[in-house]
Amino acid sequence: MTAAEPGAQTRTAVIEARGIAKYYGHVAALEGVSTTVAAGEVTCVLGDNGAGKSTFIKVLSGVHRHDKGELLFDGAPAAFGGPRDALAAGIATVHQDLAMVPLMPIWRNFFLGSELTRGRGPLRRLDVPAMRATTRAELLRMGIDLRDVDQPVGTLSGGERQSVAIARAVYMGARVLILDEPTAALGVKQAGVVLRYIARARERGLGVVFITHNPHHAFPVGDRFLLLKRGTSLGEYGRDDITRDELTRLMAGGSELDELSHELDRG
Amino acid sequence: MATAARERRALPDIDVPRAALAVRVLRRPEVGAFAAAAVIFVFFSVVTDTFLTPAGVATWLESAALFGIMAVAVSMLMIGGEFDLSTGVMVGSTGLITGVLATHAGVNIWVAVVVSLVVALAIGLANGLMVMRTGLPSFIVTLGTFFILQGLNLALTKAITGQVAIQGLSEAGGFWDARWLFGSSTTVGPALQVSVLWWLVFTALCTWVLLRTRVGNWIFSVGGDARSARQVGVPVLQTKIGLFMTTAFAGWLVGMLSLFRTTTAQASTGVGVEFIYIICAVVGGCLLTGGFGSAIGGALGALIYGMTYQGIVFAGWDNNWLKAFLGAMLLAAVVVNMYVRRRAETAGAAATKAADPLNGGPTAESAEPAADTGAERGEAK
Repeated sequence: MTAAEPGAQTRTAVIEARGIAKYYGHVAALEGVSTTVAAGEVTCVLGDNGAGKSTFIKVLSGVHRHDKGELLFDGAPAAFGGPRDALAAGIATVHQDLAMVPLMPIWRNFFLGSELTRGRGPLRRLDVPAMRATTRAELLRMGIDLRDVDQPVGTLSGGERQSVAIARAVYMGARVLILDEPTAALGVKQAGVVLRYIARARERGLGVVFITHNPHHAFPVGDRFLLLKRGTSLGEYGRDDITRDELTRLMAGGSELDELSHELDRG
Repeated sequence: MATAARERRALPDIDVPRAALAVRVLRRPEVGAFAAAAVIFVFFSVVTDTFLTPAGVATWLESAALFGIMAVAVSMLMIGGEFDLSTGVMVGSTGLITGVLATHAGVNIWVAVVVSLVVALAIGLANGLMVMRTGLPSFIVTLGTFFILQGLNLALTKAITGQVAIQGLSEAGGFWDARWLFGSSTTVGPALQVSVLWWLVFTALCTWVLLRTRVGNWIFSVGGDARSARQVGVPVLQTKIGLFMTTAFAGWLVGMLSLFRTTTAQASTGVGVEFIYIICAVVGGCLLTGGFGSAIGGALGALIYGMTYQGIVFAGWDNNWLKAFLGAMLLAAVVVNMYVRRRAETAGAAATKAADPLNGGPTAESAEPAADTGAERGEAK
């Protein structure tokens, strides 16, 4: 794996979060959370429901402003007025609903809202050949071989759809890709497909923030693991600092799970 | 984001495979309407003597044209995910406004034409704003507009003229100057009405907008999934309001074409035909739920209507058969559309599955799937 090579040039942190806290009224949704997102690395954010994963990505993607701590973008304090600012800076979020229109062809979805045109004034028209060719080329670069870019997105499988959304974000100039539970609704095989594209995005030099509650999905692609529980950090681990079993155990609640299985055994 | 996309304008030198011709044809929304139109054309050509004569063709084309202009606009609106029930009475309203201004207020006919256009666009804007601001279904909002306009048409016409129709328009100032634009016909051969030309131009224009402009992309997206469209920056509000105004414009155009052709306008014009426009659009392949359809489909739906309407007359049958036929046609169209769409989608999916040799893994750069399809690698550019 390229990311694990020793002696590779120092990865520059694109986003650095230091002691981030976010309160909703008096309730602390996040408290003292720190991590780094570097170019060419996958930062996995793991946690159960209600652990603060979605609050954390909302802070990263400019939807919410943090109340405490520091958020650095390219080494300077980030001041995103909203998600549009974050997007303009190259932080793209792929949400679970993917922002795709099922009945429209892949290439029309790929460029929706950012269509390529040629000509001027009333003759300004879609550059269809360029859009079809670019869609095909960009999907191939991500390793996605969908022969027919004219087929409706609705005919794609969940994993393929997710992958097209990732390829679109990469093409539109993203430097950091935030993926919100991309494998949550997928079967084992489809999830594997998506994990490959995450690895591909990383190889292309993007910083990836991969939100998941599944350590088996996180471990194969992650370079860094941030574990959240009830808004606080359970720790941040490098790839070499933790084994899959430890990660699974931490995720499952560690000793709590031991107690539970003990309890269930007796019942 | 958009600038980043524009910087990389260089066209990737890559072969983009297309689906088989049969699949591509089946994917077109209007394919069912095209087949039905061909069958009806052959049927009436055989059954009646007049249908295929130049005069016969001119007759059913004119019928189709007046419905077709509206059906094309209604199709666009339906693709955008909305309905408009006020389309029929809009035809009456615009004709009446122009007629009343020209005959009773002594206004120049051109001015009267422009005033009715402005009123029509304002009603379209109001429809659009009400639907988008309240979030109510357009069916209910435009049902309200429909009744308001229907009432105003009758009440105001009676109050101003004392009758329920506009007479004496041909004596109004400038009438003959404006007639060439809306009410003329060819002098050589059969009298082909200018409305047929308007219909063809309007259909071509709408087809171009839908398939080859950014706005067209937006129309499909706001009808297909407005939330997704908004997320990627499509101006949903403006797109939908634009569609309501386009429909109102079409209503005005048909209003003018009927007014100048007949030189009279009835206060009850257009009541009840709004459903025929919707039927034409559905027969033409538009989905009631939005996001799918075509302008040509709407035009073909209207052609089917025009051919059947006049074909029944030529055959000397009771023209009450027309309504029954329309209903049957609508049901058949809905079923055929559903079938055709499913087929097109599964055919496309199968083609993909067969050609989906997923690559050997993230690190195996050499095992690019592109190699065996003969396509250029993306990185090569």
